[in-house]
Amino acid sequence: MIDDRDVDHVARLARLALSAAEKARMRKELSAILSHIDTLAEVAVEGVEPTSHAVPLVNVMRDDDVRECLPAADALANAPDRAGEFFRVPRIIED
Amino acid sequence: MHRPIHELTDAFRRGETTPTAVTDEYLRRIEALDGGIGAYLTVTRDHALAAAEAADRRYREGRPLGPLDGAPITYKDVLCTRGVRTTCGSKILERFIPPYDATVVTRLGAAGAVMLGKGNMDEFAMGSSTEYSAFHPTRNPWDVSRVPGGSSGGPAAAVAAGMAAAGLGTDTGGSIRQPAAFCGVVGMKPTYGRVSRYGLVAFASSLDQIGPFAQDVTDAALLLEAIAGKDPLDATSLDDAVPPYAASLQAGVKGLRLGIPDEYFIEGMDTEVERAVLAAIDVLRGLGATTERVSLPMTKHGLAVYYLIAPAEASSNLARYDGVKYGLRLPGGKDLIDMYGRTRAAGFGPEVKRRIMLGTYALSAGYHDAYYGRAQKVRTLVRREFEQAFTRVDAIVAPTTPNVAFKLGEKQDPLAMYLNDVFTLPVNLAGLPGLSVPCGFSAAGLPIGLQLIGRPLDEATILTAAYAYEQATDWLKRKPSLA
Repeated sequence: MIDDRDVDHVARLARLALSAAEKARMRKELSAILSHIDTLAEVAVEGVEPTSHAVPLVNVMRDDDVRECLPAADALANAPDRAGEFFRVPRIIED
Repeated sequence: MHRPIHELTDAFRRGETTPTAVTDEYLRRIEALDGGIGAYLTVTRDHALAAAEAADRRYREGRPLGPLDGAPITYKDVLCTRGVRTTCGSKILERFIPPYDATVVTRLGAAGAVMLGKGNMDEFAMGSSTEYSAFHPTRNPWDVSRVPGGSSGGPAAAVAAGMAAAGLGTDTGGSIRQPAAFCGVVGMKPTYGRVSRYGLVAFASSLDQIGPFAQDVTDAALLLEAIAGKDPLDATSLDDAVPPYAASLQAGVKGLRLGIPDEYFIEGMDTEVERAVLAAIDVLRGLGATTERVSLPMTKHGLAVYYLIAPAEASSNLARYDGVKYGLRLPGGKDLIDMYGRTRAAGFGPEVKRRIMLGTYALSAGYHDAYYGRAQKVRTLVRREFEQAFTRVDAIVAPTTPNVAFKLGEKQDPLAMYLNDVFTLPVNLAGLPGLSVPCGFSAAGLPIGLQLIGRPLDEATILTAAYAYEQATDWLKRKPSLA
């Protein structure tokens, strides 16, 4: 079952800054859902190939042609913060 | 005035009315009724009137584009519309204006369809009631104290309430078929790959598929024909030719072999639903279909498989909402990681967070094989048993949902909400086409849906069977009474 450390760890991996109340609720709800999911342990799966995709398509190829792409101004139009033709983000490297 | 598209466009051709007149009436109806239903997140009035006027001109000049020209429709707000806000029912995309159209929007636009607006939905299509929309819930036009189903509740309710002639939704685990059943309209999920997903905001990429909501089966066939087919912008779209679905609807069901799965008639399901579905199967038998029992024992594991695979894919797909390229950003983070965490915590609602957490957990080191890996193997078994059944039968008939529409606020426990989709999600896991057609009403007057499931790429057979059933019954004539 899920404990507080699991919730902290997974929230960090998922980049979700959850509140203490959210974490407590998450622990309870995820535990309940996982205990249902644990019924899958009953199913015999030895030698069964996994399905990642319902349709057996592999290596869809196309010609490597140059085609029109989204203009930079359109691609930047929804950015919360930008500088010229760049997305601006909080500093990640100290001076 | 609210009638199927094929009747509307016949009337346009005969000059009895015009796309502008009909669009205007739909817009008026939205204005009058949607305050009480909440089917729309955005109404694109100017856009609609301009498109209708262009259609008017084509009819006047005697050269309409085809059977959808001038048809007023709604798009679930998960489909990108160039220049028109697309929120996915989420605060994180509240102000997102797509720079391009989804392929289905491009295709319906090219066929002359008129966009009335964008339909409400559970946030990021995660939910079965449309209560998880970050903006407002949608109410069921048959009983406004009840949910319309979800996640495509907005388009389903709009079509049922006469606020759109038809619509497009998306179905990852039942999100078209279940609201179609709850709202008494026709809803179809095509074979995975039949319709391009380009411009569909991704939830679970191996399961998502776009399909129509319609007032009758003919319209569903016409819409599918217009949106189906290979798209170079979606590598998973299939190359197979698109058959003339609408033209072959009258083939009938004589000799059609229908399978009735034991596992879709379970203890605890609503007896009114069971009775209506069995009566519908009798109607199909009376029309010349044969039936036999089939067994799909993996059905009981479908929910567990789905709630590993869909959240796993979602946790990866939703990583893109990072407050950098588009969408919400919470200012004042101390560094980049802090900004991500705070933005995502503020922008996503509880159900989306729950699924991101579940998916991240299922994919995380030490758990991957036990959860995600195992689910993928059981998914193979789900697919195989459908394949087995389809060696003996041509289509499968079953209830769309175990119950009729429930009350708003009734399902507080996430697992109870998930259980609504037990009869629809195996179809997504196997990538099959499925549709829901109205097959009766409960004593309280709530719609019930019959589900037809077909072989891969055999949409034609289930549409033909649904059409035969629809023509033999008159459930579709009943409309909700709205003020």
